[in-house]
Amino acid sequence: MEAELILLRHRQIPEIDKLEVYRKNGGWEAFRKVVTTMQPDAVTDVVKASGLRGRGGAGFPTGLKWSFTDKKVWPHYVVANADESEPGTFKDREIMESNPFQFLEGVAIAAYAVQAHAAYVYLRGEFWQIGAQLDDKIAELEAAGVLGDNLFGSSYSLRIYTHLGAGAYICGEETAMLESMGGLLGQPRLRPPFPPSFGLFGKPTVVNNVETLSNVPLIIDRGPEWFRKTGTEKSPGNKIFSLSGRVNKPGNYELPLGTTFRTLIYECGGGIPGEGKVKAIMPAGASSSLIVANDKALDTPMDYESVPAVGAQLGSASVIIIDDTVSIDWLIAKTVRFFQHESCGKCTPCREGTYWMKHITNRITQGQSGPEDLQLLYDVASQIKGKCLCALGDFSTEAVLTGLDRFRGDFEAKVNAAESRAADNRTADNRAAESLAVESRNH
Amino acid sequence: MNSLIEKYPQDVQKILGKYPADQKRAAVMPLLYLAQRELGYVTRQALVDIASLLEISSTEVASIVGFYTLYHGEAGGKYRIQVCNDLPCALRGADDFLQKLCENLGIRVGETTADGLVTLEAVTCLAGCDRAPMFQVQTGDGLTYHENQTVESTLALVEQWKSEAEAARAAALAAEPADAPETLAGDMLTVEAGEQEEVLVTAEQGITRQPADKRIHIQELGGQ
Repeated sequence: MEAELILLRHRQIPEIDKLEVYRKNGGWEAFRKVVTTMQPDAVTDVVKASGLRGRGGAGFPTGLKWSFTDKKVWPHYVVANADESEPGTFKDREIMESNPFQFLEGVAIAAYAVQAHAAYVYLRGEFWQIGAQLDDKIAELEAAGVLGDNLFGSSYSLRIYTHLGAGAYICGEETAMLESMGGLLGQPRLRPPFPPSFGLFGKPTVVNNVETLSNVPLIIDRGPEWFRKTGTEKSPGNKIFSLSGRVNKPGNYELPLGTTFRTLIYECGGGIPGEGKVKAIMPAGASSSLIVANDKALDTPMDYESVPAVGAQLGSASVIIIDDTVSIDWLIAKTVRFFQHESCGKCTPCREGTYWMKHITNRITQGQSGPEDLQLLYDVASQIKGKCLCALGDFSTEAVLTGLDRFRGDFEAKVNAAESRAADNRTADNRAAESLAVESRNH
Repeated sequence: MNSLIEKYPQDVQKILGKYPADQKRAAVMPLLYLAQRELGYVTRQALVDIASLLEISSTEVASIVGFYTLYHGEAGGKYRIQVCNDLPCALRGADDFLQKLCENLGIRVGETTADGLVTLEAVTCLAGCDRAPMFQVQTGDGLTYHENQTVESTLALVEQWKSEAEAARAAALAAEPADAPETLAGDMLTVEAGEQEEVLVTAEQGITRQPADKRIHIQELGGQ
């Protein structure tokens, strides 16, 4: 029998995006239950007991995050992170498009748990149509008396609003998102203070990913023990894996945490096209380290604890498959271009470092580099890593450093070929990069 | 007078109502989308209007326009085709797709076709990785996704826009009073207010060939 999906429920329950169908399947009963029968802290305790961890990338325990909300300062806010912008990630979009009420109910329950009376859904600007659909759903909920004032005869009131971003990856970083919502440039804040004490408009704020929040209604409805029946002990529940790259059947797959890469790639994704063999796996989108796809890696369970053992993070579980037709120097030129474009410019190592990495990786891919550029690239990436205000800078180096370490042959083939063509075909650009690196080494 | 409030009184009130009264500044992003609705870009006057509405400086509003990729400070094509060629899409042929589009449209990435209809742009991930090649189309009115695309399907879309534009132009001509000045027939480009003289050139001369610092602004007769 096919396992029950708990997030992509529209695949098993047709028209669950219609309010009456969602309600017929128990929808909005969990919210009614918390508002009419539970203390706010008790809701947080249930989520804590479920072991739910944030699905946006960091894997932080959700209930614990809620419990940090500062009760001395009011009002509180909830912000749903619907900025989904990591290359390779397209899961939140499917939830919001096809199972929107479950997501909105999760937002509402989170808001009740921290006693927020306003919640915002921050959507990336590209999700314009989804934003308009959510606006319609919210209006429908207000008309049905499920959102609004004095809900279910209680004194609790809640409004949910959508807010569109305008094309900036960095706004997926929670403090950049809060700045952006406040009408400022979307640049990360220096932390602490963290959002539970100083968040939106300077008030205590819970920021959760769309997929995280979408888990909450069923956890309340069926209990934390039920939730723990799937997944692993430390990473309970199901997770949506966005599978892309060189596979026959890319797409979203909802699977228990702890499912192996092999199952995802071959059973769900139908394997690699043609005669190709899987060469590398990026489990966390463009931010990911490159895993060498040997048998050990393929048999690794995809959960927050096991993936680090093969030298990467699970992140948002956007699994990009690289086959043996792809040269890794080309791949990192792509990821670096992305991060250079998306660097917000606030801190120097990221702003300058991604710029230089872009130039060096382009040069390598275009066959204009000698072997010394590999060391230069490694040095620049090492100067970025661990020295930035937010994770974006670090992310920009993951594929670069692991690519150079684990797929050295691809780079050497490129630079050696270039070297034999013209040993002294050096550009002014190259010399400038070298002097920069020397300069920074001397500091 | 604030032209945004004049044009869209209800929208402005609705947007302001989303945020706490002492946090008006939060409305800057939705107001910029509103300001972009008609022309597909934010005029200098709109910067001033938004600034006065939110009690911030127009420089601060302009910095928001500059920071985000979906706001435009200058006119582009009526339709902006924004192709994702990030890693996952590139693994499914997006680079090749983009290059062939350029060849067929006769423009490079970042340029606008001579008729002012299409601007072609390469953008970062749009969360459509499993359905590449894919792109979004941005107009003043919003964004639409187009996934699992081919060069042929995309060119067919462009042809459709062309015939729609033709039809709109014909309708505008038919509605035009008989004694309208000859020069007003068809699309025109005007140098925006702020420049001293007003220069009229016909659209056939092509937007991309105008110097970028001239801040040209398309005036489409017949409206949207």
